[in-house]
Amino acid sequence: MTTADATTIRGTTLPMSEGGTLGRLGRALRTPGGAVFVLVAVLLICVIVANPNFGEPGSLIRFIGRTAPIAIAAMGQYFVIVSGEFDLSMGSVVTMQVVLAGNFIGQDESRVLPVMLLMVVLGALVGVVNGLATTLLKVPSFIVTLGTMLALSGLVLYLTGGAATGNPVDSFRQIGRGGIEGVLVLEVIPYPAIILLVLAVAAVWLMRRPFGRTLVAVGDNPQAVHLSGSATWGLKTRAFILSSLAATVAGIILVGYAGVHPSVGQGYEFTAITAVVVGGVVLGGGRGWVLSAAAGAFALELLFTLLNFVGVASTWRDTVQGVIIIVAVAVGARAWQGGRRRRSAEPTTPGAEPRHTGTPTTPPDPGTT
Amino acid sequence: MRRTTIGRSVAALSALAMLAACSTDESLDEPATESAEEGADDGGEGSEDGGEEAEGDSDEWFDQADYDEQFEQRSATFEGDPEQPWMQYIDGDMTDTSDYASEGAKKVCFSNASIDNPWRQTGWITMNQQLEVLQEDGVISEMETRDAQADDNTQIADIDYFISEGNCDAFVISPNSTAALTPAVERACDTGLPVVVFDRGVETDCPTTFIHPIGGYAWGIDTAEFLSENLEEGDKVVALRILPGVDVLEHRWAAAEQIFDENGIEAVDYFTGADPAEIKNILADELATGEVQGVWMDAGDGAVAAIEAFEDAGQDYPVMTGEDEMSFLRKWEDTGLTGLAPVYSNFQWRTPLLAVEQIFAGEEVPTEWVLPQVPITEDERADFLEANDGMPDGHYAKFGGEDLPGYPDVWQERIIP
Repeated sequence: MTTADATTIRGTTLPMSEGGTLGRLGRALRTPGGAVFVLVAVLLICVIVANPNFGEPGSLIRFIGRTAPIAIAAMGQYFVIVSGEFDLSMGSVVTMQVVLAGNFIGQDESRVLPVMLLMVVLGALVGVVNGLATTLLKVPSFIVTLGTMLALSGLVLYLTGGAATGNPVDSFRQIGRGGIEGVLVLEVIPYPAIILLVLAVAAVWLMRRPFGRTLVAVGDNPQAVHLSGSATWGLKTRAFILSSLAATVAGIILVGYAGVHPSVGQGYEFTAITAVVVGGVVLGGGRGWVLSAAAGAFALELLFTLLNFVGVASTWRDTVQGVIIIVAVAVGARAWQGGRRRRSAEPTTPGAEPRHTGTPTTPPDPGTT
Repeated sequence: MRRTTIGRSVAALSALAMLAACSTDESLDEPATESAEEGADDGGEGSEDGGEEAEGDSDEWFDQADYDEQFEQRSATFEGDPEQPWMQYIDGDMTDTSDYASEGAKKVCFSNASIDNPWRQTGWITMNQQLEVLQEDGVISEMETRDAQADDNTQIADIDYFISEGNCDAFVISPNSTAALTPAVERACDTGLPVVVFDRGVETDCPTTFIHPIGGYAWGIDTAEFLSENLEEGDKVVALRILPGVDVLEHRWAAAEQIFDENGIEAVDYFTGADPAEIKNILADELATGEVQGVWMDAGDGAVAAIEAFEDAGQDYPVMTGEDEMSFLRKWEDTGLTGLAPVYSNFQWRTPLLAVEQIFAGEEVPTEWVLPQVPITEDERADFLEANDGMPDGHYAKFGGEDLPGYPDVWQERIIP
């Protein structure tokens, strides 16, 4: 029976393209990448139940504004993870940019543009180093980015001695702190929310370009991509550059939002990775949607807000984050696997028998592999 | 299969969320963190007799005798010249140092916990300028410094290195944490050389002198009394704390929590790691939940972010206590909020080297050298702002180095030695 099914389906369309728009949407929501949007909705309702004030448009848009830097970082991290690598240097890049802005811009408004240019160049440079060391020197990205993380935090410690310097000029901080005032209903649209929107659109566009398609393919099967004539090192290096640039943008927003302090950005790499994983992106690469990563960031922040509102001490935050990352990876991996072996697991109770007989006889589904 | 597992994933995470939202529903009526609630319970039962059992985190750090002592010391008379508060002390036991009296320049070995916050950086600069003076006077030949970068193990190794290979004539130790560093300080005492401990304490009375401002309880009393006077019963105070487990910081909160309880002020405490983004998020959430009338801080680092959170949310400024850090004093003046700047006397960084001078001169020094610790009030603020004009934001108003060489450039440039 299973083989008969397989032949008919293979003869027609890819399983994910079957059915009408609603059917496809419904199916998408049942993948981990889609389920995160359901999770965001559920969490949002919970938060509003816990604290009705939060549901006011003004509060919501401010929440989006303050979650923007972590969502942007998560999208940057997505590019690296989907290509099968890690970027642990992200938090240090954020901190480095924050400290540079504080030290170099100071109270001199004319320096804003040159220093921002410098920050972008440095951000890209970190990405190039991470990318080339991973691809050409064949050092695992986990180690490479751990190295850059330590090197950059050492640099920050050297520059600041570990303590805050003064904040940069207010006009520069407006990027992260200000917004378009006097908007109907919302009162204010924070600039970070706008930056997030623009970057999200750009990221979706990029993922639909050949670059994005091949990047996912590299994460899934680097050898196949290599044999088909694409330069995997170039693709991965560009992913690392995008990640570092995302960290740079997050840094610029955070200087405005929070001000200069060497603790700004600490732990950002793990929050970003957690967000990406909650967004259903598979560690090891090859699967996941860029907007799900951003949604993962919102899910995470909403959860922390919820814990705050119901009075759970903030000291539990790290523990919660640790549990989530394990649960999400476990659930996500199993769920994607379920999709991959759709027909082999026909019985609703996953017993030992069908798995033994089903897996070897069923050929991999061409649509989902 | 797929449907069930994915369904499960959403179900599991949403259940987690629901559980968090609904199981603790009763706390929604009076939002307070666990520790605050515990504190409230205990306060009702045992705060008067002071003999309560350690139960919650805060009680572990509350000692009624120390609280009472520091309460008194706030109004004590200090010996010495008020123009030189770093040499003042409360009358008490003195250590006889006549055995140490000797001629010639001495080598001082300084084991420093860290310079990872603006308060320690400011003090470190002042200490180096004081060193310059004593070197010119031929009292100290050199000071070898090891910075433990806030790591207990590193500092223990640093002290043991000084003992075995440092060729030291005297030890100056600023401990990173209380319990962990006690054995190492005892080993330093065992060498028979003078040992000067300052800032955070250790659990031994072997040092020649232990230099510190009045203490954490006095800070907590000053600040919590100020907030209680300026707020009504039932008002809400958000307490922003740097990190748990450091005695001087825990004592500040233990005392403040006690006083908030007594005055019916609802206080919620959070650990922020001094991260301004974290501070803003916490206050944004609190302001979304309801009104916040007061902000209490166990250190001024991040005070500006806290004030900005009220600006961003479009709310009235809170009554607030920060610290004598310039960033807070300036923002306090700009906004005109009702505030107080408690002081953890930064000038104490001068005292250890001056104590070394006295010890080698054979002059007796206080066994416990309690320095004055007086908050800056709104009336005095303008004077301190004027006196420290041009100083960077991370500078501390009561740094006490105006008579040292290099003033004011060294502090203005803030080049960490």
